[in-house]
Amino acid sequence: MKVAIIGNGIAGITAARWLRKLDDNVEITVISEEGEYFFSRTALMYVYMGHMRQQDIQPYEPWFWDKNRIQLLRGRVQSIDFAKKSMQITTADTAKLFSYDKLIIATGSKSNKFGWKGQDLDGVHGLYHYQDLEAMVRHTEGLQRAVVVGGGLIGIEMAEMFHSRHIPVTFLVREKSFWNLILPPEESAMINRHIIEHGFDLRLENELGEILDENGDGKADAVILKSGEKINCGFVGLTVGVSPNIDFVKNTDLKVNRGVVVNEFLETSVPDVYAIGDCVEIEKPQPGRRPIEAIWYTGRMMGETVAYTILNKKIKYNPGIWFNSAKFLDIEYQVYGDIQAQLPDNQSTLYWEHADGKKAIRISFDKNTEGVVGFNLMGIRYRHEVCEKWIKDKTPIETVLQNLGLANFDPEFFTEYENEIVQVYNKTFNKNLQLKTKRGLSAAIKFLKQITH
Amino acid sequence: MQTEQSLSLANPNPIHTSGLQKLGLAAISISVLLLLVTWASGHALGNPSVMLAIVFSLAILGTFLYVREEYLNKPEGIKNNGAFFKSLTYRGLGGWMLGVLLTGFYVILYWFPDNLKGLVQLFDPLSMFFTNHVADSWFVYGTLYTSSVLLMGYKFAMKYRHNRYQLIRTASVTFFQLGFSFLIPSFLKMMNEPDYYFSYFWPLKDTYLKPGGDTHWGIKNIVASSSHNLGMYFIGFSILMSFIGVPVLTYFFGKRWYCSWVCGCGGLAETVGDPFRQLSDKSLSAWKFERWMIHSVLVFVTVTTALLWANSYMQGALLGSLSMGFSKTYAFLIGSVFSGVIGTGFYPILGSRSWCRFGCPQAAILGIFQRKKSKFRITTNGGQCISCGNCSTYCEMGIDVRSYAQQGQDIVRSSCVGCGICSAVCPRGVLRLENSDLDIDTRTDEKRAIHITDGKFEVM
Repeated sequence: MKVAIIGNGIAGITAARWLRKLDDNVEITVISEEGEYFFSRTALMYVYMGHMRQQDIQPYEPWFWDKNRIQLLRGRVQSIDFAKKSMQITTADTAKLFSYDKLIIATGSKSNKFGWKGQDLDGVHGLYHYQDLEAMVRHTEGLQRAVVVGGGLIGIEMAEMFHSRHIPVTFLVREKSFWNLILPPEESAMINRHIIEHGFDLRLENELGEILDENGDGKADAVILKSGEKINCGFVGLTVGVSPNIDFVKNTDLKVNRGVVVNEFLETSVPDVYAIGDCVEIEKPQPGRRPIEAIWYTGRMMGETVAYTILNKKIKYNPGIWFNSAKFLDIEYQVYGDIQAQLPDNQSTLYWEHADGKKAIRISFDKNTEGVVGFNLMGIRYRHEVCEKWIKDKTPIETVLQNLGLANFDPEFFTEYENEIVQVYNKTFNKNLQLKTKRGLSAAIKFLKQITH
Repeated sequence: MQTEQSLSLANPNPIHTSGLQKLGLAAISISVLLLLVTWASGHALGNPSVMLAIVFSLAILGTFLYVREEYLNKPEGIKNNGAFFKSLTYRGLGGWMLGVLLTGFYVILYWFPDNLKGLVQLFDPLSMFFTNHVADSWFVYGTLYTSSVLLMGYKFAMKYRHNRYQLIRTASVTFFQLGFSFLIPSFLKMMNEPDYYFSYFWPLKDTYLKPGGDTHWGIKNIVASSSHNLGMYFIGFSILMSFIGVPVLTYFFGKRWYCSWVCGCGGLAETVGDPFRQLSDKSLSAWKFERWMIHSVLVFVTVTTALLWANSYMQGALLGSLSMGFSKTYAFLIGSVFSGVIGTGFYPILGSRSWCRFGCPQAAILGIFQRKKSKFRITTNGGQCISCGNCSTYCEMGIDVRSYAQQGQDIVRSSCVGCGICSAVCPRGVLRLENSDLDIDTRTDEKRAIHITDGKFEVM
């Protein structure tokens, strides 16, 4: 069987790896225009900042692909004939037809552009592809100021990148507070403060009006905000979200909406064609989940799932309990379960913040059942498995609080703050709970493996 | 994509240094320059005490100013910006120059110590103060070594001041260097005792288990040179540590209790070597070479020690030239060339731990215990890894930490010295150094980022 995978990001590569793990005979070809080898997209920023080299963000050494008989083909898929199971591919020097038995579409996302005047000028770029990084590098020399548009995860990364090279950054955030459609108000305010502490020119409730090319050389040299203010800059970062990168399959037999539409088995409308990762729109997402989830972890889970399905071990995609993570400059962020920017009516929440304003713990629980529903951590690390088990079991908040040390994953000798959040609960609900379990691996293993003694 | 490496080489921006920082660097440079001039001229310039005071004051002042501007005036957090842009930390001109300087110093120290006369004179007052003996080249070396560990230890601690594991570990490793590898041996020398190091045991300090006698330094010499009969206790302590202390402590804490908390070589690597940790080779072939090499050294030192004992029992009748041949070759190849010249001199080229990783026989033994029977491991936090590679890049031992973390697998590697930097640089809170005996034989069995098992869903 010949399996072709379009896209060598985390979804496509995970699919390739699992196909090989599960079956020794399947022929695997990964086609990518972006680059020769798989790299960690989330790590592009570190190359620009000089923390790592380009080869350091490649998780596998070049010999890995030969050894696992995963063929890498650098080229662009121009069109697909679904009936004939054949693709038209152009590479650097040729154009060729490529036939397959099963096809996996894993083409990821592209950066959004909302029709601003000047959005296609040179010096206006998103941050998603390797080529975006190259563009940032190309424009860095002599750069006096960068304007980053969009207060999300990629925006703050791009701002940090320029900042690391001592380039002043103006950071335009449409909302009242950074990423406040996802982060609850306290956490969002924490990140606002942290951005300012690092010396970024943070402009909340400010939007891009247009991008100017005043000297007519095709390069951006200023932006006009909706407020009318003009800011001179040599680079404009458009980080206002991403959307599925599916232009090449639009107007074909393949059913697409915002993304390639798939069922619970990640099967598309065309037989033997599957889609995974950022480019996917799930027809009937599980409760509480969005149809398009452009994150690393879902891409990885879909890649594994689709490999089983293709090899006739058909299995439903089930991402389980939501989790995600990020790092906002120096503040790490982890989330497990259902934490929403606006507290739903049926939930109560406990929030504790350290006096330094850079660490916080939030635990939300169901008002009626008292079962815990989610954890939000800022500057503190919690164990994925422990939080997940509590959420899955709908463990009562009081049980969780008394054993909260089980979840702590901060390095040894770090101060433990679990007692502080227990006190928040006691104060709020006039109780007298005591923290029983402190941080420690043995206790966590006993809990997770249900060892009792 | 390999051609695109130029990305990391072309840094169009000058490294920004403030006036105070430049002043600090200037002070350090003058301090080093004075040492170099003293070295080259062959005698101390002016009054050695005054000159020594100037050299140390400038070095201390310079370090404090530099650190203040580099770290203390900025928010706490990981400070690796530009590590691959700077010539000193990415094998550029600065790196090679420092490498040649350090290597040259070691070559002269080991084989042409007469050429260090100027420095020996300069350090004489200090040697009289600490040991009541005139200085020799080894005192110069020990003092420079210890002061480098202390000053760069301060720099390291401030760089990671948000991380209490790093602060406490650095306090420990600098304490052992200062106390156990400098002050106590100096004091013993003052008391006319052998300058015994309580922080080294066989096989790293191979002489502590060699028989000794007329032909080579070892137990007999240590006992004989002790004027208060302490030699026997020293030897007893070192044997106890070699055969009981090492396995027991490694069972509880992993190899780190020694390599990154106590050992002097480790102390230098963790402080002076920190800016070079990203230069270690992470390839699979380097790992293969490492296992072959380090175990060969262990076999070499064991055979050498055994031969010397056999020869000692046979009173030199049979194995004299053979065992001495082994012993001399070991001392030259491993004791001098590998641990000194390459191990430290090549910091800016091979990274900070090439001796610990490829050569140290003590590390080999600790590593075997760590892998076979220890509570220690680095836990991976569920499915949170994003394969970014910071952990692998900043692993001074060249472990591809990411290859485990991205599979959700805990990490047990014989070479891991438990420095904790992988955990510190991880942007997603994925790695934790920890101990437990509950799953001691199955520490690495689970793969948590795997989603599906036997056709059933395992959440995550």
